[in-house]
Amino acid sequence: MYLNSIFADPVKLERLISIAESSLLPLLKGALFYTLPLAIISFIIGIILAVLTALARISSLKILKGIARFYVSAIRGTPLLVQLYILFYGLPNLGIMIDPFPAAVIGFSLSVGAYSSEIIRAAILSIPKGQWEAGSSIGMTYSQNLKRIILPQATRVSIPPLSNSFIGLVKDTSLASTILVTEMFRKAQEIVATTYEVLLLYTEAALIYWVICFILSIIQQRIEVRLDRYVTR
Amino acid sequence: MISVKGLYKQFDKLEVLKGLDLEIERGKVIVLIGPSGSGKTTFLRCLNVLETPTKGVISIDDETLDFSNPISNKRVASFRRQTGMVFQSYNLFPHMTALENVMEGPVTVKKESKDVVRQRAEALLNKVGLGDKLDYYPFQLSGGQQQRVGIARALAMDPKVMLFDEPTSALDPELVGEVLKVMKDLANEGMTMVVVTHEMRFAKEAADEVLFLDQGVIVERGKPEQIFSNPKEARTKQFLSLIEK
Ligand SMILES: Nc1ncnc2c1ncn2[C@@H]1O[C@H](COP(=O)(O)OP(=O)(O)O)[C@@H](O)[C@H]1O
Ligand SMILES: [Mg+2]
Repeated sequence: MYLNSIFADPVKLERLISIAESSLLPLLKGALFYTLPLAIISFIIGIILAVLTALARISSLKILKGIARFYVSAIRGTPLLVQLYILFYGLPNLGIMIDPFPAAVIGFSLSVGAYSSEIIRAAILSIPKGQWEAGSSIGMTYSQNLKRIILPQATRVSIPPLSNSFIGLVKDTSLASTILVTEMFRKAQEIVATTYEVLLLYTEAALIYWVICFILSIIQQRIEVRLDRYVTR
Repeated sequence: MISVKGLYKQFDKLEVLKGLDLEIERGKVIVLIGPSGSGKTTFLRCLNVLETPTKGVISIDDETLDFSNPISNKRVASFRRQTGMVFQSYNLFPHMTALENVMEGPVTVKKESKDVVRQRAEALLNKVGLGDKLDYYPFQLSGGQQQRVGIARALAMDPKVMLFDEPTSALDPELVGEVLKVMKDLANEGMTMVVVTHEMRFAKEAADEVLFLDQGVIVERGKPEQIFSNPKEARTKQFLSLIEK
């Protein structure tokens, strides 16, 4: 068996350890310079899109509602991988060339925007009507009410599901390898191409993803505790 | 000071207010009683346009809204600023402390400076007996305390009229008195008030006039003594016999 043959053969084992060591730095660089920035930038743009989309969905303007529905439906109804292919390999047919990294940012932002808009919409709708009315009763306009009363409370409700989205996004960035972004998974693929150590490299990449997500979930808990200093009811 | 003429409100097919007419003079305290579903809440909410009346005219001082025509949000906001509303379920902002709740209107809506507002807000909370609870969040306060913050929050906007929708009916009995006391003090200071309540004690001690609303019409109105001890209408009699256990 594979494992047996490794441990029986000190030379082979040593080679593996040395590959694992020498690949760690490139993988970490891929994570630090591509995977994380891709996830963070896309998430920030995505959340802005998501708030706007959620507000459009709950507005009374039919056109806004329609546009938002169409956007969410199109993004949720098609695979992210296909969206990335259209952005990167498809658009050049129209003369639109986008570099790998920005193409990935656009793809992931649109995706986060659509999925998170549903989370944010649900969070806004979960705030009791009395809160809107209390704001109005002290003279607030719609936008003051949103900014000061509704969104701060909706934020608290949506932190857990949004954190899940972010952690999901960090892992999804591996799809960007297919459009030539040299993020961590693509780095792993490149090293595999020269060393043929498939299991080792992909396991190493998996472990790094895991560590990152583990750290993120700790940060998530911190934020939740902070936002829980008041309790809704 | 407040004038209501021919006020109608309809939800889909359900006609809730059927042509109310009412004049309220400055400094008067009006108590509104009536069976559940008779339209008391709807009437109060029409007075500050949380509900848009189907038709009718409402004036407060020299601002008049005629609901036969569409009205801009701006005019509604300006009109609403003349009234303060106290809700049955308090509706405090849970993510703000008592002090922040009271400061929110003047700071965000009137754009007043925080330092000036803070002093006034502290004074208001002192006045409702919560000077030692400034930094408490709503969940740390009892119902009676929350409702008193609600009153202070409404007062912070310097309204000309205070509207109360069953302010004590969500409270445990032992907490009712502290809220009623604040309301009585307010009445004695000359605040114009429209109060929906079934607290007979409050009505007898503080009201200038009691209105009995049933099925969207004012069935009877008069001095509290007259309404409570000598109602003219059969429906009023029947209703009072039900609530005076
Ligand atoms: N937003 C609404 N939509 C539909 N019907 C409503 C709404 N608000 C109140 N109603 C109806 O209007 C009637 C009067 O309600 P309300 O003014 O709350 O009465 P009260 O405060 O006297 O108990 C009730 O039949 C109630 O169901
Ligand atoms: Mg009511």
